Amino acid sequence: MNFWNDPLKVAADWSMEILTGWGMPEVGARVLIAFLGVFLLIAVLMVLDIFLVWIERKVVARFQDRIGPNRLGPFGLIQPFADIIKLLIKEDITPTGADKVVYNIAPMLSMMSVLILWAAVPLAPVILGVDLNVGILFLIAAGAIGTLSIIMAGWSSNNKFAMVGAFRQVAVMISFEVPMLAMLLIPTVLSGSMGMNSIIQAQYPIPFVLLSPLGALIFLIAAIAELGRAPFDLAEGESELVSGYNIEYSGMKFGMFYAGELLHAFTFGGFWSILFFGGYGLFGLEKIPALMWLNNPFINIFTLIAKAMIGYWIIMWVKYTMLRIRIDHMLAFNWKFLTPLSFVLLMMTALLNVLLRDGSTWLYISGMFLSNVLLAWTALEIARTYSRREREKVEGSKHSLGAVEGVAEAHH
Amino acid sequence: MTAQQIIFLVVGFVTLGSALMVVTSHNLIHAALWLVSTLFGVAIIYTLLNAGFLAVVQVVVYIGAIAILFIFAVMLTRKDMRDQSPQLNKNWWVGALLAVVTFGGLFFLLQSWSGFSRTAADLPSGFDAIGRLGEALVSPDAFVLPFEVASVLLMAALVGAVYLAFNRK
Repeated sequence: MNFWNDPLKVAADWSMEILTGWGMPEVGARVLIAFLGVFLLIAVLMVLDIFLVWIERKVVARFQDRIGPNRLGPFGLIQPFADIIKLLIKEDITPTGADKVVYNIAPMLSMMSVLILWAAVPLAPVILGVDLNVGILFLIAAGAIGTLSIIMAGWSSNNKFAMVGAFRQVAVMISFEVPMLAMLLIPTVLSGSMGMNSIIQAQYPIPFVLLSPLGALIFLIAAIAELGRAPFDLAEGESELVSGYNIEYSGMKFGMFYAGELLHAFTFGGFWSILFFGGYGLFGLEKIPALMWLNNPFINIFTLIAKAMIGYWIIMWVKYTMLRIRIDHMLAFNWKFLTPLSFVLLMMTALLNVLLRDGSTWLYISGMFLSNVLLAWTALEIARTYSRREREKVEGSKHSLGAVEGVAEAHH
Repeated sequence: MTAQQIIFLVVGFVTLGSALMVVTSHNLIHAALWLVSTLFGVAIIYTLLNAGFLAVVQVVVYIGAIAILFIFAVMLTRKDMRDQSPQLNKNWWVGALLAVVTFGGLFFLLQSWSGFSRTAADLPSGFDAIGRLGEALVSPDAFVLPFEVASVLLMAALVGAVYLAFNRK
């Protein structure tokens, strides 16, 4: 067991030896080492977060046919540091009538709800905070804390724009949690476990995206809604709500919400890759005897980060190319379309998985894939018929209204 | 005292203190936020008892759904969301008495139980708690009947809610 195969354990043993050599009791040393591990993870994530600001600004610039930050340092790489200094030296304003304690706790909770997710993310088989046997539910539980932070921020700011923004955001979050939870159960059904590590290992040799492409798509939609990014960014709604729940926050408190959102998007990219694209695995490449050296924790970490970045890029792609959806349309889309569809998909996946799993692999993959495609097509056809009828109803009523007006005008 | 006992005592006091704040806080939103803190304390106690699944479900259901809906209800029904109203009415001592009597009764009952003063044994490694729970919920010689009854009850509530909210055009 050397450093290259299990770096965390080697580092922990090494520091344990040093600390006990200094005469520290073993329990105290263990607590200190665990604390240092947490500190290291958070430090790495926060540094990554700084560069996510740069990535986000560069990518949005490219989507909008601009260059993006390019003045400070090579490719504008020092720009995010300038942004942080700016945020830190801005005046910290607390509005009159704000509930001070709640107002100050909200940004912390928002950041915490994102960072806590990484406790359960396996970066490599041996590099993870804790392999929870309820890893998937942990994702939803952390989301609950995020929801709480938004409603606290909106209420404590004593501002009606913030309040309406928080209402909208929380309505979106608690409704899209339902299809998300159903989609989280699909990897559970397919792998027979709720632990992240076992889900990743069950995706060798078939990543779950082949068995449930529709599930992966619905999870992505629910994740974007949970993030409150476009097309679901009506909580922000610049044209009507100015900025939404965080309107009264200035300086680094706003920075916490902003950085939390970026890291959250990246984290959901990571979860998407873990649940449907095999996480730190390289699609079976690492099982080929000649390529066994790919089974290294450092390569695993690199793979997961790269896959998470691709997921994050897709989330950005959607954000910067889609229009905002109205709140009633969005809630109707969730409750009348996405939720029933995800439940049907979950039941179908569970049933077909039992029926086809023991047969030939090709039949299993093609059966699962085609059933997903068929379900998606059926759902879209039903939605199309329904919306055509609705549209005809609306257009028909407009017609008759126009006719009445025409008659009234003729009378004049 | 072991580390686990220290954690339990700290969490227990925080939970009880928050619960007290829920019933004495003058601001309804603050009371709801203290309730969140109480429920979180209960989740930590579940974790100390090796019931990780229950702890996470506690956070998902009670904090993520119920407490948030409480806050929504308060925000949608109150005219001024910063109003300060007396939280206690003149019957507060009856409630306090009932709480003390219930606690005393439970304490008295549990004292005669052999496991009362024992510390929890560690789960054997590889013990699949969630799998066992899932099997118990659907196995006929365990809890399938209560499970199904609860499901039917929730279904009835769901149908009732849809019926009440349904807008006939």
